Amino acid sequence: MAYSDKVLDHYNNPRNVGSFDKKDPNVGTGMVGAPECGDVMKLQVKVNPATGVIEDAKFKTFGCGSAIASSSLATEWLRGKTVDEALAIKNTDIVNELSLPPVKIHCSVLAEDAIKAAIDDYKKKSENVGVESKAHA
Amino acid sequence: MKLPIYMDNHATTPVDPRVFKAMTPYFTDTFGNAASRNHSFGWVAEDAVEKARKQVAELIGANNKEIVFTSGATESNNLALKGVAEMYAEKGNHIITAATEHKAILDTCKRLEKEGCKVTYLPVETNGLVDLNKLRAAMTDKTILVSIMYANNEIGVLQPVAEISKIAKERGALFHTDATQAVGKVPVDVIKDGIDLASISAHKMYGPKGVGALYVRRRNPRVQVTAQMDGGGHERGMRSGTLNVPGIVGLGEACAIAKAEMSEEIKRMAYLRDKLKDRLLASLDEVYINGTMEHRLPNNLNISFAFVEGESLLMGINEIAVSSGSACTSATLEPSYVLKALGAGDDLAHSSIRFGLGRFNTEEEVDYVAAKVIDVVQKLRELSPLYEMHKEGIDLTKVQWTAH
Repeated sequence: MAYSDKVLDHYNNPRNVGSFDKKDPNVGTGMVGAPECGDVMKLQVKVNPATGVIEDAKFKTFGCGSAIASSSLATEWLRGKTVDEALAIKNTDIVNELSLPPVKIHCSVLAEDAIKAAIDDYKKKSENVGVESKAHA
Repeated sequence: MKLPIYMDNHATTPVDPRVFKAMTPYFTDTFGNAASRNHSFGWVAEDAVEKARKQVAELIGANNKEIVFTSGATESNNLALKGVAEMYAEKGNHIITAATEHKAILDTCKRLEKEGCKVTYLPVETNGLVDLNKLRAAMTDKTILVSIMYANNEIGVLQPVAEISKIAKERGALFHTDATQAVGKVPVDVIKDGIDLASISAHKMYGPKGVGALYVRRRNPRVQVTAQMDGGGHERGMRSGTLNVPGIVGLGEACAIAKAEMSEEIKRMAYLRDKLKDRLLASLDEVYINGTMEHRLPNNLNISFAFVEGESLLMGINEIAVSSGSACTSATLEPSYVLKALGAGDDLAHSSIRFGLGRFNTEEEVDYVAAKVIDVVQKLRELSPLYEMHKEGIDLTKVQWTAH
């Protein structure tokens, strides 16, 4: 199978590889997929709590080149977006940007799921922080 | 050294230049139909076919008359299984095979099941080999055929065919072996191994594609198969169709070369394969060899690089032609059923690479491949959340994954 130039570029030069501290209250972590399915994506966002803007994003992916490219692209798109804007990213946007063939659409779905899971995690954390601070007041 | 490097010799092999040279006259100059009995064009073609028949027979310790030329191993497997099922239908309808067989066996068995046969698919042990006790237990009075491959096309393990054939014979069943990967690579002897039928392919042993053979025993016992192709009654009625003379000449020449050079080639293949294996194991942790190393083709290495997905690894070593058991590289999007049958877990199947060394690989190529694979595996592990978790001491089997 031939890969698109953009998939190859992300595979050869993956953007924003790495990890944040999961316990940081400003970090949201999403981990989706399963090893026996052949792909696992971990996507993390670091949010500025004052502005709600994603200041940084990182990923690590076990999966095919298209899965790596989808998550690498997702981190690029997430940086600078607000949490709500990030939730508007659709898997079809990733499919179009990377010219993924039909058999690789699940990679983009996984990336969208990872974004949602990371933001969900961040929101839960910040709500808990809010509850705790109220309790202390 | 030239790139890309071909190291996928279980898929196919290049035609040996000596084989090609032997074939060429039969396309243009001596192009006769081997069945033409009344002129020299036919006689020349027939002589060439009979010479090739002898060359094939000699490689496996058979008699010339026991070789039936076909279009390849898939056809040979179909002819053996369907032909025996039909010929011996009055004796029984039970066939025993193994879960790790090639699709040409498994899908043929599925077809036979639809037509009323009973098929037992023996599991294999974690080393890839059939458990002889399980085979013994599966045999019934209705068992007419046991079909177990000689060497596996993915993991290269060599089944204990001599013991298997003994068990089959004790119960009066015939023994067929898909010897596609073994013939020309390791010594195959139809007498010593007790083989009644054996499938052979030319293009796995430096011959051309589109030609193969089925060995059909003529004595002790005399084996018969019902033809699956109707027509002019070629090949003693077992396989009609004008003979592929240049292809058959190529198969014969490939067999003659294999016979003459096998003992040296086995040593060279094992040396290169072991060098590749040792370098990979020395530089990388969490690497697993699939299938026993003890009973194995000398040119096969099947390795899982844990926490790295196979297709992404192939992408990184794109100037090296190998194959993977990863689902992403298969048409069905399922990971290798052979590796799954070993019970290693789907995750290791996704992470597997099959190296198939061949006659034309050099030591320089092996060194290059080892270095490149190590480099890419390390790079991909830096990217892998699983490797990170493993390094943190997390047991990945205990993690609640969100399967999709």
